Amino acid sequence: MLKKTRMLAAVAAVAGFALAGSYAVAEPADDDLVIDGTMKMTVRAKPPEGHPLDEVRSGWLYRTEETRALEEDTFQNPGMLYVERGEEIWNTADGKAGKSCASCHGEAAASMKGVGASFPKWDADAKRPINIELRINKCRQENMQAEPYKFDHADQKALTTYIKHQSLGMPVSVDLSQGDMQSWWEKGKETYYTRTGQLNLSCASCHELNNGKYIRADHLSQGNVNGFPTYRLKQANMVSLHNRFRGCIRDTRAEYPKAFTDVLMALEVYVTWRGTGLSVETPAVRQ
Amino acid sequence: MFLTRVVFAAALLLVGASSVQAMDLSPDAVKIEDDAIEVSLTGKEGDPAAGRKYFANRKLGNCLACHANKEMSEHLFHGEVGPPLDGVAERYTPEELRAIVVNSKAVFGPETVMPGFYSLDVGKDVRKDLVGKTILTAEEVESIVAYLVTLK
Repeated sequence: MLKKTRMLAAVAAVAGFALAGSYAVAEPADDDLVIDGTMKMTVRAKPPEGHPLDEVRSGWLYRTEETRALEEDTFQNPGMLYVERGEEIWNTADGKAGKSCASCHGEAAASMKGVGASFPKWDADAKRPINIELRINKCRQENMQAEPYKFDHADQKALTTYIKHQSLGMPVSVDLSQGDMQSWWEKGKETYYTRTGQLNLSCASCHELNNGKYIRADHLSQGNVNGFPTYRLKQANMVSLHNRFRGCIRDTRAEYPKAFTDVLMALEVYVTWRGTGLSVETPAVRQ
Repeated sequence: MFLTRVVFAAALLLVGASSVQAMDLSPDAVKIEDDAIEVSLTGKEGDPAAGRKYFANRKLGNCLACHANKEMSEHLFHGEVGPPLDGVAERYTPEELRAIVVNSKAVFGPETVMPGFYSLDVGKDVRKDLVGKTILTAEEVESIVAYLVTLK
């Protein structure tokens, strides 16, 4: 695995070398994502009303040919190991109630289908939107009498990946009509356009105004989140959405919010909406 | 007589206490007029060789992150977010280049993505240890400007 990652890095470096010489503006790839030769993903979608871009595109289109190929093949996709681990967790009892996820939800392929495409959702108890990670923790506390997972615990990432993977290929669609989802969308939008840090950058600075361009060796995507949790070659690990949010904000040289706080949940609602119509790709493979 | 002596003593004190940094214009004192800054931030000319290093350094200017520059072809991965800087000295005067590096938003407008490298007009929630600090020092700005002036 490590060997493979290293080889890929070398290939990427060579590809980058060619690029640096040409200064050509790099467009997203003209390519189709078909997993295992059978499952065609929607990587270009018509934007929902009020969306600032002409076309919604998956981050897959902005990656190198080698990285794209990894996601096209289930056996090559390193993220599938976390799906397998997630399935083990799904079927393993935990907590004082002696229950596993499967005890109540049975086969995830049936019961979890569509979940990954529709979260975050309004939570009437918490009076705020929650994502899959928080929904898992709610279930663990209320139904399993187990401890909630700490942010980015390996099991949290694996189980989230497994649950989201049950919606592979389904179009992202957030229901903004529930509860106060619309006002959280507004809050998230405000955050998206707010510049942070000493570098004075907003999400929009890179992902709206400059997607398709290179920032040093990195091809800026539209920042859609349909593939999260995502396997990142850079980290050789699954990366959760809130980890990625925090990393991006940190890179502007700003103090960054804690995972699952109101500001980042609102941002998740808004950014998920921006990817409306794209297929759930979890586990996506990125640079 | 007494007054002269006092002034003389004060002048001596000033000379004694002064350092290169104390001579720098503070970020708040920098005036951008007609898209240009007429005076050197340090009162001296920058060093183009040092500026070339600061330009490429990812922790300082990191200019290659966004700008291609043929003069630096030994470095891989030139960015595309901003325009290429080949021949930039033919498009802008040194005073304009200084203003662009100091605070490009004051020159190109508030929507400009480029950070202000010697400005305290920054984003929200600045990392605690960086509050009140600029990305580059006055000397680094002047040296980068001196380097940019060589790109003809």
